[in-house]
Amino acid sequence: MSVRHALLALLSEGPKYGLQLREEFEARTGEVWPLNVGQVYTTLQRLERDGLVESDGAEEDSPQKGFRITPEGESELAGWLRTPPDLASPPRDELVMKVLVAMRVPGTSVHEVIQVHRRYLIELMQQWTRIKEDEAEFDVALALVVDAELFRLDAVIRWLDSADGRIKRADLDPPEQAPAALPRLRRRVGVRR
Amino acid sequence: MNVLDLRGVTKTYGTGAAEVHALRGVDLSVQAGAMVAVMGPSGSGKSTLLTIAGSLEEPTGGEVLVGGTALAGMSRNAKARLRRRAIGYVFQDFNLLAGLTAAENVALPLELDGVSARAARKAGLRALEELGLSERASRFPDELSGGERQRVAIARAVVGDRRLLLADEPSGALDSVNAEEVMRLLHEACKRGVAAVIVTHDAQLASWADRVVFLRDGRVVDQTAPQRGPETLLAQGPGQ
Repeated sequence: MSVRHALLALLSEGPKYGLQLREEFEARTGEVWPLNVGQVYTTLQRLERDGLVESDGAEEDSPQKGFRITPEGESELAGWLRTPPDLASPPRDELVMKVLVAMRVPGTSVHEVIQVHRRYLIELMQQWTRIKEDEAEFDVALALVVDAELFRLDAVIRWLDSADGRIKRADLDPPEQAPAALPRLRRRVGVRR
Repeated sequence: MNVLDLRGVTKTYGTGAAEVHALRGVDLSVQAGAMVAVMGPSGSGKSTLLTIAGSLEEPTGGEVLVGGTALAGMSRNAKARLRRRAIGYVFQDFNLLAGLTAAENVALPLELDGVSARAARKAGLRALEELGLSERASRFPDELSGGERQRVAIARAVVGDRRLLLADEPSGALDSVNAEEVMRLLHEACKRGVAAVIVTHDAQLASWADRVVFLRDGRVVDQTAPQRGPETLLAQGPGQ
């Protein structure tokens, strides 16, 4: 999450003090991303240097120093909101690697390795769900953050389930000639290094 | 106190070459107030486990105890009474009777159990009210949305004094917001002391449970550790 753009977003609602910005940032992100005070002020200084916000000229680092967004800041924010994050090329996924390696290590059950990760992920999901159950019912921002984590972890578990089933089927009915999966995949989708 | 105990439960269908071992020695205990999710791929024995726990099917071997009483020693009638009084079922396709209103559907298990129509109706309305459905009480199932129908099914499963709730893919084809509502309601029932077993392949549903048990080829192969508080997550922050 870009602190810079989060602060611009908060200032797009109207002028605010430094301390107020910090409190609102924490409230909006469901307190999941704690922010230290220093980060807020150094980011505000940079935003001011870049002409994206203006201050009322009060003493540096004072919690009572007021800030407002400039037209350049508004345009920067609008551009950022509409810039897709880089999801186009898959990241190098450590879990995918572990499963691929487990298939080749003698004496290792890849299904058992998959289950270890599946259990760990479900335990994480249980913790997130507990947060949602206890606190997120009346806090939409927190519920959105928790949902994002749950869907992300859920997708990993679905991949594990599908890998489990695919490997089981392949063991029962092995392909005649196993292709070299990794190099071909890397060429085709351009895995990030 | 354990509401449900499965001890070394096995279930075999067919004989000879057509023999299928659906369950191969399953041990599972569920305490009052606990929600246990059972996960596993298709054919792992999840649904068989549930029908045996609910005495809808007999195990081939092993023991099933509900509220400390072994089902094997019970007469047919006693088992039927136990199913009506102590066990609530929630199925994927809701299984509501189309010719009965929401309130009548919910009151039905009590009426079948000999409770007067008036008292059953009152208990049914109370259960619907708890699930936020009082205004839909006189509607028929086809006049309700999918989410509402499933809430009626949950009301029917918890009406009266049920101790054990058994659910097979309880969110069915509901969207994620309605599915979450279903799990929230089931979990609230557990907080009131009901023991629940939820069979699902959906990790998001399973994550509502206090404990997740993994079934594979008819065996319990793994289960989650006792839960840690959410503080560990919040302290850690994402992406670490």
